[in-house]
Amino acid sequence: MLYREAGQFKASYQEDSQIFPIRQDRVGFIALLAFFFLIVPMVASQYWLQAILTPVLIFSLAALGLNILTGYAGQLSLGSAAFMAVGAFATYNFMLRIDGMPFLMAILLGGLSAAAVGILFGLPSLRIKGFYLAVATLAAQFFIVWVLVKFPWFSNYSSSGVITAQEINILGYAFNTPESKYLLTLLVVTVLALAAKNMVRSTTGRKWMAVRDMDVAAEVIGIRLMRTKLQAFAVSSFYCGVAGALYAYTYLGTVEPEGFNLTLSFQILFMIIIGGVGSILGSFLGAAFIVLLPVFLNIVLHSFVGAALPPGFGSNLELMIFGGLIIFFLIVEPHGMARLWQIGKEKLRLWPFPH
Amino acid sequence: MERKFGEVVIDLQNISLSFGGVKALTNISFDVRKHEIRAIIGPNGAGKSSMLNVINGVYHPQEGRIVFNGQERREMEPYMAASQGISRTFQNIALFKGMTVLDNIMTGRHMKMNCGLLSHMLHWGRAQKEEIEHRKKVEEVIDFLEIQSIRKTPVGRLPYGLQKRVELARALAAEPELLLLDEPMAGMNVEEKQDMCRFILDVNDQFGTTIVLIEHDMGVVMDISDRVVVLDYGKKIGDGTPDEVKSNPDVIAAYLGTSH
Repeated sequence: MLYREAGQFKASYQEDSQIFPIRQDRVGFIALLAFFFLIVPMVASQYWLQAILTPVLIFSLAALGLNILTGYAGQLSLGSAAFMAVGAFATYNFMLRIDGMPFLMAILLGGLSAAAVGILFGLPSLRIKGFYLAVATLAAQFFIVWVLVKFPWFSNYSSSGVITAQEINILGYAFNTPESKYLLTLLVVTVLALAAKNMVRSTTGRKWMAVRDMDVAAEVIGIRLMRTKLQAFAVSSFYCGVAGALYAYTYLGTVEPEGFNLTLSFQILFMIIIGGVGSILGSFLGAAFIVLLPVFLNIVLHSFVGAALPPGFGSNLELMIFGGLIIFFLIVEPHGMARLWQIGKEKLRLWPFPH
Repeated sequence: MERKFGEVVIDLQNISLSFGGVKALTNISFDVRKHEIRAIIGPNGAGKSSMLNVINGVYHPQEGRIVFNGQERREMEPYMAASQGISRTFQNIALFKGMTVLDNIMTGRHMKMNCGLLSHMLHWGRAQKEEIEHRKKVEEVIDFLEIQSIRKTPVGRLPYGLQKRVELARALAAEPELLLLDEPMAGMNVEEKQDMCRFILDVNDQFGTTIVLIEHDMGVVMDISDRVVVLDYGKKIGDGTPDEVKSNPDVIAAYLGTSH
């Protein structure tokens, strides 16, 4: 009953085109931001900040990147993890090789490097579509990881190819606690998520969606397919690259090229399928779901069944539930959890009346 | 009512188009004059849609010259045609299914919007001003075509007749000089056809848009068009005012058959 838009009139086009046209949504969003920025760092345990919330945010960003490419521009990709690797290793090298390189600048440059590589591997999209393109992006996945292993320069000749992230230092403040790393990640992810939302509600996003929905018509109304597709690849890879840099710097601390393998790419793909293809919110829901599901299953299994289970059962069960859910979402709700949320909101607007 | 036409907007001279061994168009010439409604008719497979595709650059004719606004053009890509002021609708609706009516029409206006990626990311200042400015123009089109009530509806949910209208709106949003309509009334009932006719005539009248349309409903064609080109098997068999075309023996033969 509280969720009503009655009495909220839009008097200008600016008001009509807000991100959250309904006042309750705006208030809710600000409350949510305040909760995650102010309350969470104070109350959450180190384990939650470090091992759950930070990776959820980072994967949300990577999923957002893939969602821009696949969900909005309609270009299927299986190379997200490789673009994350480019971001992580580029940031590492910028930090390593340029004296006094500010961290945020290094992340930005890392993202831009990933964008450049993304454009390169986006070139096949000009000729092929759908599954064939997905297979072509597999080339990016294997080639990039191979290059990072093959040329030890990228990992500064470390014996095992592992890089250790330098300390993050912004304007003299060292980000070395889980709280500060979490807040830094949250800030970067929030800014980029808002930027993504702004892109998809303006001409840039409309062009992407036009190419996705009907490329012939898009061309005829004057959209240049090549430019639009490559732009989507660049922006998507930028997001994945920044996610990769954060993955190395605020989450793991040490990464190796093989860490960014096909399994990770698939995980990011599952995130957007479960969360919602073509939805900013869906990227976050999907990432949260996939990171939290194992934690949740673990707790449930341990508290109910205890030690009676054979070892490895839990992780197998997790895989089974994953697979089951993906099939479920593909059949029942191809637009994922974001769509369920939206349906719920539409129902709530009318509740308790049927119409 | 006496109608006045300006100079020739687009002049097609000896256009021939073939796909491998199949000749889609053979040596076709005709012109379209400013502010005119020019119909292209002909039996199925006569090459009407190919003709439109040649005009807006989707197909490249092997032979012939196209002079648009006094400039000859050869290999032209569709986006160039769009930037010169040629818009079109499609025989099978080609809307962006996942987007709302408003977004579809806004997309039709993208050629007039200049902000880049970075200002879109900020969505502040110039980008926001531009968005609102063009939203006003788009709302004018929405008012004109009387689709206010569905502006926030995803186009996939709309009935066929309205989708056709939204497609016209998207084409109009670009403020075209030359509007190509590929069977705008196919599959409509009488009322919807009347509405669409009214819109086409209003567009022509109020905006001064030159229109080339393909239509199978002869009643409509003869009523609203100023001049008619008749194609059959990729060849031009008639050209002139509706009355001239109606009495052309070749046209009658193509449509009604003839005794040999």
